Parts: sequence; C-alpha cells; structure tokens
Amino acid sequence: MASVFAYAPAPESRGVVDIAPSYGLFIDGEFVEAADGKVFKTVSPSTEEVLSEVAQAGEADVERAVKAARKAFEKWSALPGSERAKYLFRIARIIQERSRELAVLETLDNGKPIKETRDADLPLVAAHFFYYAGWADKLEHAGFGSNPKPLGVAGQVIPWNFPLLMLAWKIAPALATGNTVVLKPAETTPLSALFFADICRQAGLPKGVVNILPGYGDAGAALVAHPDVNKVAFTGSTAVGKEIARTVAGTRKKLTLELGGKGANIVFDDAPIDQAVEGIVNGIFFNQGQVCCAGSRLLVQESIQDELLDSLKRRLSTLRLGDPLDKNTDIGAINSEEQLSRITTLVEQGEAEGAERWSPACEIPTSGYWFAPTLFTNVTQAHRIARDEVFGPVLSVLTFRTPDEAVAKANNTPYGLSAGIWTEKGSRILAVAGKLRAGVVWSNTFNKFDPTSPFGGYKESGFGREGARHGLEAYLAPSSPEGER
Amino acid sequence: MTMPTNATNAAHALTDVTASDSTLRRFLHGLPGVDAVGLEGRAASLGTRSIKTTAKAYAIDLAISMVDLTTLEGADTPGKVRALGAKAVHPDPTDRTTPATAAVCVYPDMVATAKEAVAGSSVKVASVATAFPAGRAALAVKLADVRDAVAAGADEIDMVIDRGAFLAGKYVKVYDEIVAVKEACGTSARLKVIFETGELSTYDNIRRASWLGMLAGADFIKTSTGKVAVNATPANTLLMLEAVRDYRAQTGIQVGVKPAGGIRTTKDAIKFLVLVNETAGEDWLDNHWFRFGASSLLNDLLMQRQKLATGRYSGPDYVTVD
Repeated sequence: MASVFAYAPAPESRGVVDIAPSYGLFIDGEFVEAADGKVFKTVSPSTEEVLSEVAQAGEADVERAVKAARKAFEKWSALPGSERAKYLFRIARIIQERSRELAVLETLDNGKPIKETRDADLPLVAAHFFYYAGWADKLEHAGFGSNPKPLGVAGQVIPWNFPLLMLAWKIAPALATGNTVVLKPAETTPLSALFFADICRQAGLPKGVVNILPGYGDAGAALVAHPDVNKVAFTGSTAVGKEIARTVAGTRKKLTLELGGKGANIVFDDAPIDQAVEGIVNGIFFNQGQVCCAGSRLLVQESIQDELLDSLKRRLSTLRLGDPLDKNTDIGAINSEEQLSRITTLVEQGEAEGAERWSPACEIPTSGYWFAPTLFTNVTQAHRIARDEVFGPVLSVLTFRTPDEAVAKANNTPYGLSAGIWTEKGSRILAVAGKLRAGVVWSNTFNKFDPTSPFGGYKESGFGREGARHGLEAYLAPSSPEGER
Repeated sequence: MTMPTNATNAAHALTDVTASDSTLRRFLHGLPGVDAVGLEGRAASLGTRSIKTTAKAYAIDLAISMVDLTTLEGADTPGKVRALGAKAVHPDPTDRTTPATAAVCVYPDMVATAKEAVAGSSVKVASVATAFPAGRAALAVKLADVRDAVAAGADEIDMVIDRGAFLAGKYVKVYDEIVAVKEACGTSARLKVIFETGELSTYDNIRRASWLGMLAGADFIKTSTGKVAVNATPANTLLMLEAVRDYRAQTGIQVGVKPAGGIRTTKDAIKFLVLVNETAGEDWLDNHWFRFGASSLLNDLLMQRQKLATGRYSGPDYVTVD
C-alpha cells in the first residue's frame, strides 16, 4: 500500500440507517413475535457488535406464514398482471429511494464493503424488481404456454452472501407470476429482508403476499417440508441442497436449487493481461470470495504463468482490506466466525497438501472476522484446494498447455456454475465457451450480473434458472385446457 | 514477454526489435491486447475512491506541483507569457505556501521570454516543438524547431508523433523521428512524446505507441495536444501508466506520463492521481514522473486549496486569471 499518498478514512455515515433494538417475524403484513418467543442476535462481522435481536421462526411460525400466504394467494393470483406490476414497480422505486440506507444496512449486517453494496448489490436489486415488473402483464408471451398459471405458495430459503440480492432474485419473479411468498433469510443476515418487509408495507402490498421468517436451518427445513408449499427455491450449500432435494422428492412441489461452485477462470496466452488480472481479482475477491459463482480456480496457460502471477501479486498488494463502511475499502469482513473457521481449515489443508500459499502484506483488524486475500500456486487437480468450494478469498492457480486441456480441467469438477475465458481471439471464445459445462460463461470479464441474463448451474451446482425470461418458468405451471396443475 | 533480471541486457535486447517495420510491428502487435470494456471499467472504479481531509490536501498540493501551466494560442504575446510565468512561480499570491507548478509550456518562439519569467525558481520551461500540433512538416523543419527551442533554454521538449505514419504502419519512421528529436534535445532537455491518442483511436494503438515512444528514448509519454476532440481520459492514462510500469519492470528504465487536455477540475485531477498511485505506484507520484497538461485546472485547484484552508469557497475573483 502506498505510503506517499495514504488515503484518509472515508466512512459512509451510519446515521442513514435506523436499526431497531429488536425485530419480529413478518407474517400476514404484521411484525409478530415467534410463537415460542425465541430470539437470536445478529452481529456485524466487521466489529462483532450486536446490531439487533431478531425473532427466531419455528415450525408453528412456518405454519402461520404459509397459511397467510395461501390465503393471500387467492386474491393476488387473481389480479391482472398489470396490477401486480404496479406493486413491483412501486417496490423497485422505493428500493432506489432507500438504496443508501439499505446499502449501509447490508454492509453492517453482512460485512461486505460499502463500495459493493452501493455500486453492485442495490442497483441490481432494484433492477430485478423493475425487470420482473415488466414481465407481470406479458406472461403469455414468455414462451410457457398461452395462459400460464402461478403455482401457489413459494417457500424460499436464501443465503447470507447477497442477502438482499438473493431476496430480489427470488421474490420478484414469484410475485410477478402471481405466487405468494414465505422467505427465510439466513440467520447471520436477516436485517435487510426485514427492511424489505417494511418496504412491502410502504408499497401497500396486500397482506400475506410476502412473509419473512428469520431463523435457522430448522425453520428452513419446516418450510421446505410444509405440505401446502407448492414451490421451493433454495440458494445455498450443496449439502443442504441435497437434503432439500430428498425432502421434496416424491411430492408435487416444483424445485430449483442454486448451489455451490468452483468456477474456472481460463486465461490464454493472448489475453488482455491487465484486464485479465482485474477480472481474476473481481472473480475471486468480490464479496471476499463468498460468491457461489466465484472464479476460484485460475487456469493459466503455462507460457504466461510467471508474467501473470507477477502482475496478479502486484495487484493484490494494492487491495485495501478493512472497515467495510469506508468507501475506499476493497475487501471487507468474512460473514461469520463459523465461515472464517471453515476457510481457515480448508486453507490449512491446502498448505498441508503441498500447495504454495501466498498473501500480500496486509494489516488485519483486531476485532471482527477477517481473512487476507490468498493465492495458492503449484496446485494440481488432485489437491482438495482445487476441488472443494472454499467460499472465501482464496484462489487456486493451475496451469494448462492447450485449449483442450483447459476445457478438460475446467470441466473436471463436481460443480458447474460459472467459468471465464480470457483471450483476444473471438473464435476461441466461442469454441471454448461451447465446451464448458457451466451455467454462465463470461468472456473477458467476470462476475457480471444482469436481470435479463439467466443464472444457474449444472451437476452439483443445482438446477433451474433464475433471472431473465427463464427465471419465470420456475414459478409457472404450463397452461392446459382444463387449467390443471 | 519475459521479466529479465538484468535491466541493461533487456534494454539492449529490445533495440533489436526496431531493425525494420516488420520486426517492430511483430513486437508491438505482440504486446498484450487491451479490452476496452475492462480498461474503462477499471478506470471508472478507481474514480470512486473517496479522497478526503489530509489525503485531499496532499493531493491538491501534489497536483499543483505537477501542472504544466500552458498557453498555446496563436495570439500569445510576451506579456501573456510573462504573466503565466509569474503565476507558475507563485500560483496563489495570497498564500506563499502554495507550491510552484512544474513548468510553463509555450511555443518555441516564447521560450526565451518564459525562461526569463521563471528565472531563479524551480519552474521549468517546456516547449511544444516539432510543428505542433499537427506535426505535418519535414523532419528537418521539426528538428530545427526543436534546436531553436533548446537553444533558447527550453528544459523540456513536447514533440508530436507523425500519426499518419503510425496509422500507416510505418513504425520505423515514427521511431526514427523520435530518436532524432531526442538527439536534438541533447542532454539538457527532457523529451515528452505526444501521441494524440484521440487520433490513434484504439487502445491497442495507444499501448503500441507508448512502447514505441519508450523504445525510442522518450522521457515522458503524453496523451494529447489538447487540440482535438478527445484528449486525456482516465482510461487512456491508465493504459499509459500500465505501459510505463511494464516497461520499467522489463528494462529498469522509468518513463514519465503526462495526460493533457480536458482535465479541468480538482476532482478529475485527484482521480488521475489515484490512477497513478494504484497503477504505476508511488514512484510516479512526483512531478519528475507525472504531469498535468492543463491551463484551467490550476485555478480550480487553487480555489479548492483556499476552501480547505478557510472552510469557505472564495470564487473565481480570488485567484488570478493568468
């Protein structure tokens, strides 16, 4: 880090967000206590400060919420699409108006830098609501039959890495298609979902259309298993996804899973090196690498390995780690102590297996959960660090010699969510992209999201697509003359 | 490209590539490509760095010390140049702690006047020789222009490259011209090579021109003349900073960068300093290695400086017009 031009701290004001000392569950348009009165605390990962006490949903609360959603479904699904669109547009506009508040809140609760919540998360959240608002009255033109119908009550369980964005990915298409929602945010990041509940009220959304149940895995499991839930959508770990698939198997519930990944970022020797370095950094250090589509495996052509690694190390040395509310911070805190210890274990395993570990010199704050950006070189396909999803700021570097070898190595993973290709040769981009078994392939860029572009995986990365026109399918039953589901 | 450890050998090895148009083309076209979207995205993201308080005060003074205070008008008179020189030495007459600018930049016929105006100060005199700004003259004329300016005492020569030759692929012609001008600069004047990036049009061309200029011995590479529609941008400056960084890594030779034209506000200038800091590094955060070619920028820097000192905005009448 430069000593000559040391940037002064530039913290975003916490004053723009008013966090109450306690929050309830959001059921049928009201904030209520949990049936058994249980609460849990949510902490700020960068300081370990307790932000608020939140009601913890249990089985009885799931029952209440699903009942409310079922009741609301009758009216909500009967509304003309253009009416539902109005609510969604209104929600989108309120999100834009309150985006600074929500960005600060998300940074406090999640630990990710304000730069990312402000410049990536919140604009995308609003964009998703706008996008699906546009679809609400055009469903018969979406390619899923002439009169597609909603499924009913959607049970949605989302992770902590993009709390509000994952909520938007789930709720926006569900509402646009006429479904009602019971959503369980992650136990470490419940606050932005509760603020969203407030936005629903502000938008005048009919009661029961959106219900929010902060809680732990047991609440999620109860929601998934509830017999009156018609559709389950889950984003999270592969292990939990498998459990959910088992639960749902044999029922008539429709299921989409968006699970783990071990994305390959392939850099050919004719790549735009400086931009590739930026893309690698963005691919694995965006949101501290806590991204399911992170480019956590760098596949670099052997002939440029040294040059690229030199550039990459130099670039990593300029990353600024620290207070996530500082506008100049590039790397924030790890979301939880539990996640930090998971990353630490996997990294120690990588070292023990003989891969070479490197991190830039960087100061780690004394409180909170932090992990320095880390590179592993001399990694082979046989190393676990090249196979297991770390879900942290840890990059494994492998090499290849020919395009075929690159494709073979990129595909040689149980996952298949994302991949990146870096080359100046257009024909190579097309040829390689066609062979990669990944839901998203970025070329000469990485981690770019847009509501108009579908997202989802192959193999253990799950099935179904979110976003775009494709994202509607998960919430629609194809029409049939009898109107059967 | 490899990263040799022996800098002298590397610089020597690089001279071989200039043997013919085809070897030079192969070398320049073998440089890593530039992805425009990624480059502009990086420049934009560095533009969101928030520079406040002490960092801002430091940045403003640094930026003032990096300004090449410029007057390049057909209507320039000795009086105007003398006024400019006085301002370069003491940019803010009300506050003598304000650093002097790096240089004044004038046409060759004004060098002697400018030299007199800044005598006894740290301010250098730069001159745009070589048939500025079009560069459309015979080499002999350009060299005479340069010698004239150097003889009149210019410390720095800003030359324009022959964009026509560059775009036609006559790289050796461009190279030879730079070498000849560098020779005409002698040991007393540093050479800034202006690419007119707006006319080179593609980022790939800008990277190639940067390397071509450096291979030919440029002490500085400079974006533009300020006389065309597109001048210095964060993206093209970022690209040139990458080029000087890579060139030093490969040869051990450090080359300066000068964005010119279109940088008018303190906010913009600070964004450029962030680019320098995070791309080439702190070794370039010095007016020996980084300059702003700007005429209206200085007054905005001065007003911002007064604002930091007094807590109030003063307005344009509190800084001098020239």
